[in-house]
Amino acid sequence: MFEIVSKTKLADKVWRMDVVAPLVAGKAMPGQFLIIRVDKDGERIPLTVCDFDREKGIVTIVFQTVGAETERMSRVEVGECFADVVGPLGRPSDLCDLPIEELKKKKILFIAGGVGTAPVYNQLQWLHENGVDVDCIQGARTKDLLILEDEMRAVTSNLYFATDDGSYGIHGNVCVALQQLWDEGKHYDHCVVIGPVIMMKFACQLTKKLGIHTIISMNTIMVDGTGMCGACRLLVGGEVKFACVDGPEFDGHEVDFDQAMQRSRLYKTQEGELMLRLTEGDTHSGNCGVCS
Amino acid sequence: MEIDVLKKVPVAEQDPQIRATNFDEVNLGYTKDEAVLEASRCLTCKNARCVEGCPVSINIPGFISKLKEGDVEGAYEVISLSSSLPAVCGRVCPQETQCEAKCVRGIKGEAVSIGRLERFVADTAKDMGIKPRLPEGLVKKGKKVAVIGAGPSGLTCAGDLAKLGYDVTIFEALHKAGGVLVYGIPEFRLPKDKVVAKEIENVKSLGVKIVTDAVIGRALTIDDLFEKEGFSAVFIGSGAGLPRFMNIPGEQSLGVFSANEYLTRSNLMGAFSPDSRTPIMRAKKAVIVGGGNVAMDAARTAKRLGAEVHVVYRRSEAELPARAEEVHHAKEEGIIFDLLTNPVEIIADENGWVTGCKCIRMELGEPDASGRRSPVPVEGSEFIIECDAVIMSLGTSPNPLIKTTTAGLETNKRGGIIVNESEMTTRDGVFAGGDAVTGAATVILAMGAGKSAAKGIDEYLSKN
Ligand SMILES: Cc1cc2nc3c(=O)[nH]c(=O)nc-3n(C[C@H](O)[C@H](O)[C@H](O)COP(=O)(O)OP(=O)(O)OC[C@H]3O[C@@H](n4cnc5c(N)ncnc54)[C@H](O)[C@@H]3O)c2cc1C
Ligand SMILES: Cc1cc2nc3c(=O)[nH]c(=O)nc-3n(C[C@H](O)[C@H](O)[C@H](O)COP(=O)(O)OP(=O)(O)OC[C@H]3O[C@@H](n4cnc5c(N)ncnc54)[C@H](O)[C@@H]3O)c2cc1C
Ligand code: SF4
Ligand code: FES
Repeated sequence: MFEIVSKTKLADKVWRMDVVAPLVAGKAMPGQFLIIRVDKDGERIPLTVCDFDREKGIVTIVFQTVGAETERMSRVEVGECFADVVGPLGRPSDLCDLPIEELKKKKILFIAGGVGTAPVYNQLQWLHENGVDVDCIQGARTKDLLILEDEMRAVTSNLYFATDDGSYGIHGNVCVALQQLWDEGKHYDHCVVIGPVIMMKFACQLTKKLGIHTIISMNTIMVDGTGMCGACRLLVGGEVKFACVDGPEFDGHEVDFDQAMQRSRLYKTQEGELMLRLTEGDTHSGNCGVCS
Repeated sequence: MEIDVLKKVPVAEQDPQIRATNFDEVNLGYTKDEAVLEASRCLTCKNARCVEGCPVSINIPGFISKLKEGDVEGAYEVISLSSSLPAVCGRVCPQETQCEAKCVRGIKGEAVSIGRLERFVADTAKDMGIKPRLPEGLVKKGKKVAVIGAGPSGLTCAGDLAKLGYDVTIFEALHKAGGVLVYGIPEFRLPKDKVVAKEIENVKSLGVKIVTDAVIGRALTIDDLFEKEGFSAVFIGSGAGLPRFMNIPGEQSLGVFSANEYLTRSNLMGAFSPDSRTPIMRAKKAVIVGGGNVAMDAARTAKRLGAEVHVVYRRSEAELPARAEEVHHAKEEGIIFDLLTNPVEIIADENGWVTGCKCIRMELGEPDASGRRSPVPVEGSEFIIECDAVIMSLGTSPNPLIKTTTAGLETNKRGGIIVNESEMTTRDGVFAGGDAVTGAATVILAMGAGKSAAKGIDEYLSKN
């Protein structure tokens, strides 16, 4: 079974867990994800593989509680087990395919937003282990929501912070920070952006203007994660792609973000009701009309 | 009981009005008296043509003769010589184009209801606790075989290999074994606990290990199975799970689904139940595009979830590829068939939600290469069916994951894995069968391929 061997709260609603999952840990590469079912009636929840220990057969996940299933996940304690963990799924990050010498020649910038920091951390760590030095901007609404700061510092020499309210690092969002770095003469030829879709959309608009090749990672709705259902489809360069097998990383200048945001609202009403049922018990059925 | 020998003994079914609101099985199956009566219609032909129609050549007059004597156990043994999934096949085989199409009774009257008899025998044998067993005095071969995919082909191959003394492990990508039998075909046609789960238990009781949550090609490659995990042969039964879309405008709108997604949510994730934690769209008016079994299953599921349902198919009724019984049941349940009609665009509101499906009328033109008259659009005949959901059931193709991660494994241009007469692929020691080889086909063919591959693997391992 998939036992949880450690659990830490990183920020409000953000958790980190180490889970025993030897098949995933054995093959995982940066950029890939896994799917968890909390218990035998659980939904299939896709989460990025944030770290892995091949010898011990352990994977690390970092997740934010946004709905009923992630809330349930956060209630599972050390020593307890998830019903299912399957992976690694999706394609490894393109960076992993390039020869190390070539990577070393590139000027690479990572932009991490919110829980997107976790997958970025995994890639930075891999690059660090292979002797590739890159820059990174880590953004959040406010200082308290910044996660994994020490871990991030350990794997990148140039780590910049950006907070919307100016409570830490550069005052402004990640786009403001990137423009500032660029104006200071820091020029990049490859950028990886992972975070909320809206952030990736605006960051891509900027990197396009600046002429920086940009890769993003899509968090679409998923069911199987193996290419079987098409729930995860999105438009990339006008073509239909399945995030779970063709991605989750894509060329950020080709992705139709507006449509992707629209599609993520598909089950919002139903998911909202489930969350209310979980947090407020069955008293809230949505039938009395008081709240609508 | 009086019978008209020209007609099948009727079988009890749930009332169409009632069953259109629940997910319980539609066909209630024969009682023993009914089964014996129906069996008495069989003429026990010497050169039984029904057997020629059966893809796995079940000795049909043989099992029916046993049934005539009331010997269900004997009948089950006869079927078991050729099939390992009779309770499934009795329910889902297209008998009207296979065994029953050839039955001599069909020349003047209705064919013997071979499917219902097969199902009766299998269900009764289950109720009596009859299970496949390992042969007595079986000598273990001391060799390990890996089976990829726990669908009909994989389960059958694994079961047969276990009976030959091999140590067999099935690797299944999903969290539940069964393949299409659990994620595709709905409960009202194929009960999951009563039938599918029992078949899987039977395979396990032969000593087969099933590892779920294991995606071969990702978690382990076929090379890993040989080199690191110590398997001596591999069977690929990974099915044809990749859905097709039409590539028409508006297909990304909210409310457009592949039948695979819709059925997986309902069946595998149990979303048909209001208690399920996996959401599913409960449409008011749904358009189902396609005319196969998958389309019928999606249509009847949408109906049961409360929608008015239109099946849109570009050819005419005669060409509907679905089993005749499914079309008949769908009509009884109030599903509307818009034939000779093809979608050209999906229309959505400003928030992206589907509001309609623009279609064009079709007419049948000249016969194409396959001999079927191909449909051609009638110019200027476009019209809109208002709806809030469109479910694409256009067929599926094999998933390329295993091919792309296995050097030397060759496929044809439709993505099907190429095999020789003993079901061996272009990679030594790697066998394949079922939909992964043929493209979307049937349970009985997948089962048959699993059996034949087990034989091929045994011959291969006996030599090597
Ligand atoms: C490849 C991939 C990798 C991911 N990696 C991570 C990760 O490392 N950490 C993490 O916290 N989350 C990650 N996600 C997102 C995570 O899967 C969702 O947050 C989770 O499924 C929500 O489930 P829920 O039942 O708790 O919420 P739901 O009740 O399903 O949803 C609650 C709200 O969140 C929105 N929502 C639903 N699904 C998503 C989604 N996929 N992305 C964004 N919003 C969504 C809904 O519209 C709804 O408003 C990843 C998703 C994908 C596809
Ligand atoms: C909705 C629907 C209705 C149908 N109705 C009928 C009917 O009425 N009658 C009929 O005869 N046929 C019907 N069929 C077709 C029939 O179900 C299939 O032909 C049959 O199931 C094929 O069996 P299989 O073993 O080849 O593959 P599948 O049943 O597809 O099983 C393949 C299994 O392999 C697993 N898998 C795939 N890739 C990997 C991997 N990389 N690693 C590990 N596991 C993997 C899959 O998850 C799956 O469980 C229907 C199909 C569908 C979709
Ligand atoms: S062809 Fe018909 S009548 Fe003859 S053996 Fe087969 S089922 Fe019986
Ligand atoms: S999640 Fe089903 S195809 Fe991608």
